[in-house]
Amino acid sequence: MTTELVTVDLLHFHAIGVPLERADGTIKVTGRAPYAFEHPVTEPVYLHPVQATVARGRVTGADTAAARALPGVIAVLTHENAPRMVSGDDPELWVLQSTEIAFRGQFVGAVLAETLEVARHAADLVRMEYENLPHDAELDPRRDDLYAPDVLNAGYPTDTAEGDVDAAPAAVTIDRTYRTPMEHNNPMEPHAVIALWAEPGELLLYDSSQGVHRVRGALATAFGLDPGRVRVVSPYVGGGFGSKGSAHAHHALAVLAAQAVPGRPVKFALTRQQMFSQVGYRTPTVQHVRLSATADGRLTAISHEVVEQTARLKEFAEQTAVCSRMMYTAPNRRTSHRLARLDVPVPAWMRAPGEAPGMFAAEVAMDELAVACGLDPIELRARNEPGTDPVTGRPWSGGRHLVECLREGARRFGWDPRDPTPGVRRDGEWLVGTGVAASTYPRHLLPGNRATVRYTPDGRYSVLIGAVDIGTGTWTTLAQIAADALEVPVGAVALEIGDSDLPQASVAGGSSGMSSWGSAVVAAARAFRARYGEGPPVGAEASAEAPAEPGGDFAADSFGAQFAEVRVNADTGEVRVPRMLGVFSAGKIINPRTARSQFIGGMIMGLSAALHEESVLDPRFGHVVNHDFADYHIAACADVVDIDAAWLEEVDPHANPMGSRGIGEIGIVGAPAAIANAVHHATGIRVRDLPITPDRLLTHGLL
Amino acid sequence: MNPFEYRRAMDATAAVALVTEHPGAAFLAGGTNLVDHLKLGVARPDLLVDVSRLPLDTISSLPDGRVRVGAAVRNSDLAADPLIRRRYPMLSAALLAGASGQLRNLATTGGNLLQRTRCVYFQDVTTPCNKREPGSGCSALEGYNRGHAILGASEQCVAVHPSDLAVALTALEAEVQVLGPAGERTIPIGELYRLPGDAPERDTVLSHGDLITAVDLPELPMAACSAYRKVRDRASYAFALVSVAAAVDVADGVIRDVRIAFGGVAHRPWRATRAEQLLRGEPATETAFAAAAHAELAPARPLAHNAFKVPLAASTLVATLRGLTEEGR
Repeated sequence: MTTELVTVDLLHFHAIGVPLERADGTIKVTGRAPYAFEHPVTEPVYLHPVQATVARGRVTGADTAAARALPGVIAVLTHENAPRMVSGDDPELWVLQSTEIAFRGQFVGAVLAETLEVARHAADLVRMEYENLPHDAELDPRRDDLYAPDVLNAGYPTDTAEGDVDAAPAAVTIDRTYRTPMEHNNPMEPHAVIALWAEPGELLLYDSSQGVHRVRGALATAFGLDPGRVRVVSPYVGGGFGSKGSAHAHHALAVLAAQAVPGRPVKFALTRQQMFSQVGYRTPTVQHVRLSATADGRLTAISHEVVEQTARLKEFAEQTAVCSRMMYTAPNRRTSHRLARLDVPVPAWMRAPGEAPGMFAAEVAMDELAVACGLDPIELRARNEPGTDPVTGRPWSGGRHLVECLREGARRFGWDPRDPTPGVRRDGEWLVGTGVAASTYPRHLLPGNRATVRYTPDGRYSVLIGAVDIGTGTWTTLAQIAADALEVPVGAVALEIGDSDLPQASVAGGSSGMSSWGSAVVAAARAFRARYGEGPPVGAEASAEAPAEPGGDFAADSFGAQFAEVRVNADTGEVRVPRMLGVFSAGKIINPRTARSQFIGGMIMGLSAALHEESVLDPRFGHVVNHDFADYHIAACADVVDIDAAWLEEVDPHANPMGSRGIGEIGIVGAPAAIANAVHHATGIRVRDLPITPDRLLTHGLL
Repeated sequence: MNPFEYRRAMDATAAVALVTEHPGAAFLAGGTNLVDHLKLGVARPDLLVDVSRLPLDTISSLPDGRVRVGAAVRNSDLAADPLIRRRYPMLSAALLAGASGQLRNLATTGGNLLQRTRCVYFQDVTTPCNKREPGSGCSALEGYNRGHAILGASEQCVAVHPSDLAVALTALEAEVQVLGPAGERTIPIGELYRLPGDAPERDTVLSHGDLITAVDLPELPMAACSAYRKVRDRASYAFALVSVAAAVDVADGVIRDVRIAFGGVAHRPWRATRAEQLLRGEPATETAFAAAAHAELAPARPLAHNAFKVPLAASTLVATLRGLTEEGR
């Protein structure tokens, strides 16, 4: 097999690689950056939804009289009187169009009122009647109706098999089941939208979105509108973690409401409780991992079989075992995904879908194998390092530097000398341990990106693209790319993003933003210089699309190493993480300051998943009952002590002109496994179910 | 969310009279729990009488050696008070273990004592709850009950009281000063809270119109050697899985006196009288601590998800007493 490695035309780095402060930092911390709900509008109408209180059934009646009689109420929408939509291709958006109820919490009505308080009060007064059908909301891996989806999220095949896992020679076998819970993205800024409808068919949305063109396209389709007459504006976004990557039901409800009050802007911000049923979540997973190895720790077989859930309303198949197809070399391999179709809200993207839960199971299993073989866990991974991608047989773009990350991390963390004996280090009432896990995330390059460069009268270059900044730093980093592509200082670039009237851009998802948008910006800048040279006339303008796949025939993945020190209280089972370190290989780092924030942000989210996060769905009712920040725990500041991230200085010559691969998600991957492995080292207790709360340690024999 | 009228009370007697004559009225102090309930529909008062600015915001030493804490004293102010920190360290520690800095700046002493359970079903009006809607059923009994009671619960309700402050006050045997429609009265904190029985809608023995005006702390020299240990799912801003308030007086290695209360285990702060009896006169050893803890927890009846609380409560008590008695040596 021949492989062709095409080297792209890399930029000369001047602005790229400089730790610039955030361009939007000052206006954010001084409260002047308008988030979706804050765009100034006149005579707004406030929307509060009515939600189904059954998990499956039909609406049989709607008594809205009391709500409508309330002073200040403008309208009450139900399936009986809501404007009609055109396409139900996305069932999540098919709101108030039928009597069917597919999950508890589904929107079955909406009150429009002059104030938020009146809208909320009136929504309480709406009396819905239901035909209540038996529902099924419990994920149990022993169900007999599990099914194999046609394809997984991001297009991965559902199952793979090479060789014969069951017949593989094995001096040592690890055969374990791991579980991760349902988790919710919970960005700090709730999903919020202001929708303004102008007859005969013009829609403006101020939105909190990870993809303005994606939302525009989805709503144009659902409502049968010309996309050119739909505008989605989203300049500042308070986090999304995937949950703002697609249009959700609240978008459709806001548009229906806007159509009911043409000319008046409809404001709709979800409550924290509503976010637990409307905007996606990470499926719970049950993962059966089997590793077979020789006595000296060389893998002979890897099996990773996953059971998870999807919604009756719409399928989402998380690619949980995909990481086990490429992490380590093994002649025999099997991966599979089976879904239970439940009467639950629709799962969707949450930071590193697939890799985040999958690498928890896979990397804890590797730690268990290291213990069983009597090998240092870093050495075990080094012994199973593939030369080329096990999936495609291709070399990795920019090389595979997992072992370098592990070794560099070990050096910085002070890994050696490490006594592998579990449960023997004690500091007062605290048991102390350390753990390591590998991390990986694929390089995604999304199609459909276009940018425009325009020379303006003030001697600057406007750079236009419908990208978004979800808190990641796009306002800063995309300007750095544009500056180097135009070979001007960053100050000469005036970036415009966050508006669907700007040139088409892909979603801020899959860690693809910088790669995908940056490639378009570079293409436009080069087209501009090719046409106008160094001395363009005022008004000069050029646009270009990002090339499809610039780099040719290679595997494209980033890698990393996660280290954690934990302290477990021997009396109470409380787990503290005084120290975490991540070392990553992700190609060129555009801005070390914002990159560090992204890496440690991901690691903190991994810490949070390891110790805290769990959405508790009560199967009797069908909804998440701990649906607020008092009961759905995320790591608090006091849980985050000393977290650091480092990276290898490298340039991926095949990825894109920036030499980068994307860093939005890799920080979360592997972090929970590193912590779980450290907990084992501290206590001798192997917790295979997340989160690692005190009760899990107590019931596993800590006391 | 119901519309309501808001009035600011200028003196306690008028506030009590106003609430007494309005069946739908409620006192509002810091609002850190009640305002949530207004939004969630858990509480639907039609009149809020704001008592947060009544002149009940001082901490004073009484002539008989007791300390009087006004009901409107903010949690952060109480926690930071030098007198409290010196004489009742467990009280300061309990306050600082609760909520967040912002909430403690708002929350008052009286309001803290009367906050309601955080049982997820109590706070969710779409699910049955006997405490919120008597007779509708208890969703936690067969549901998500990891945080619920192991002691003193009933078939009607398995909720726990969420206050940290109340646990410390229970160990201290504080007295609650109440102004009601019929005048003033004093309620020992051990008698303020109810077990759920068949009336879980009633958290306390207070009646409509009763206003807590102050909390009196006894002169209790042993309280200077006291601690509050709260075990929770994260390092801050979480309710207790289990907590222990303890004060101990040890001389020559023998426990002369001890006060113990548990939080997070029952519908009210749980005074561990059985453990206290067993420990008085015993040597201050880990064996004695453990025996007392196990005796106290022997009647525990855990639910499907909270069996861990029994060993956790025991070991947390042992660790707390160990810490206090080691310090004393």
